[in-house]
Amino acid sequence: MSYLPDDVVRRLQSVVELPDLTGTRYELLGEIGRGGMGAVYLVRDRELERNAALKVAGSLDSEARLMAALEHPGIVPVYDAGVLPDGRAFYVMRFVEGRRLDEYCRETPNLAERLRVFQKVCDAVSFAHSRGVIHRDLTPRNIMAGPFGEVFVLDWGVARSGQARESPGLVVGTPDYMPPEQAAGDSHQSTVASDVYALGAVLASVLGPAAPKPLGAIVRQACQSNPADRYAEVQALNREITRYLELEPVLAYRESWRERLGRFAGKNRTLLLLLGAYLAVKVLLYFFRPN
Amino acid sequence: MPEGAFPATRYSVLSRMRDEDPGVRREALSAIVEAYWKPAYKHIRLKWKASPDEARDLTQTFFASLLERELLSRYDPGKAAFRTYLRTCIDGVVANERKSASRVKRGGESQIVSLDFQQAESEVALTAAEPVEEVFYREWQRQMFSLAVEDLRRHCEQTGRQVRFLLFERYDLAAGEGPSYEALAAEFRIPVTAVTNHMAWARRELRRCLWARLAVITSGEPELSAEASRLMGRP
Repeated sequence: MSYLPDDVVRRLQSVVELPDLTGTRYELLGEIGRGGMGAVYLVRDRELERNAALKVAGSLDSEARLMAALEHPGIVPVYDAGVLPDGRAFYVMRFVEGRRLDEYCRETPNLAERLRVFQKVCDAVSFAHSRGVIHRDLTPRNIMAGPFGEVFVLDWGVARSGQARESPGLVVGTPDYMPPEQAAGDSHQSTVASDVYALGAVLASVLGPAAPKPLGAIVRQACQSNPADRYAEVQALNREITRYLELEPVLAYRESWRERLGRFAGKNRTLLLLLGAYLAVKVLLYFFRPN
Repeated sequence: MPEGAFPATRYSVLSRMRDEDPGVRREALSAIVEAYWKPAYKHIRLKWKASPDEARDLTQTFFASLLERELLSRYDPGKAAFRTYLRTCIDGVVANERKSASRVKRGGESQIVSLDFQQAESEVALTAAEPVEEVFYREWQRQMFSLAVEDLRRHCEQTGRQVRFLLFERYDLAAGEGPSYEALAAEFRIPVTAVTNHMAWARRELRRCLWARLAVITSGEPELSAEASRLMGRP
């Protein structure tokens, strides 16, 4: 038995996991990414002459069916599903081109633009909740912002629908975005509030270190340790962002009279400018009126 | 069951080591020895800084103690992976043997299996750059792939598919950059599509061989799945 050098072992590790697509309409172009729940490959659909993303899972999993049931502009559509010759399941979905949310935020200085993208994420997650599906792994890495304003929530590999059962003690998710109840292994108790927590953490990353105080308060409320103290639903969180963008008072934040005045001034800037101009004209007329 | 699906847990190492039939028990031990003797030897050589002779004796002692001291029957799959348990046992055996002055030499007739320590020793220099804590894990990965490649070679020879193995060997086992599919097609005088299909087959078979090897040295489906991830280098 000959010695396998490290580079050969690494190559074998990679090739034994490559999906064998012989007999399918897909041609393997390369690997896009890899997570705990399987690898995603870039493939060429020879029949439709377009690129797509193909995900391989260890066994026939429910992710494809779950995603296929969630028809929403913010959730990647599933095109096809099947079983590879080696018994592993695969499904094919739209290949999303764009930037991950963390990259998008780094390259987008305008806070309002970033918040509007975040609101689209809230819409997609809220839609999933309305269908009884909890994502459970919302992070900036699982959100893609496309070049034409499209926003997609990806990686529904650990999502759970209302009927699913799983063993207690199972920890799923990403540590920095995981609510305490999920980190403690109570994943079977994941609820809407768990995703609200993760969205709060995502919002914190969207805001960066210099977050305006009302937005910071929204993050704090979404990320409360006790699920009952968080926003009851994603759209409640979303409405808070809308209030902030429209210079309305944010419910999670008690503002001082100065801040209230500042917000009033910001909201009524045109009116105040007109009023200022009118007063200035009056003053000028007073001093330069003919004797 | 599809080719790549996980085998049933009843064939796990634990149940086979507890089988009433001594033949089944010996076969199970043989599978464990095949998978772990090199990682064990190199771990002892590098972590415990043993000489080649001492490492050879301690490796034999360790595998003998797996049977004599019924270490395997004490394994609890709920606490750790079998691989982790074995490494802990190796450390325990080495520590005990070093304390004891009455260590029984197992180099000659008392050895439980015939192992090519000379080859393992020649490989030690190649692994010496790794952190010692990683040696056992890395060498386990290497050994599992080596065994699976040998299984694939044997399978190809037995079924008259030597060309497929040769292609696989030239492309995937090549040191550095291997030849292109086109170059292989020209060399073997077959169409490029045949090279593609043969390579896909060989990789699929290699995966099947790996999983079969892994199935007999793990305690059941959850551990098999976790160990498959570790074998592929995922955390």
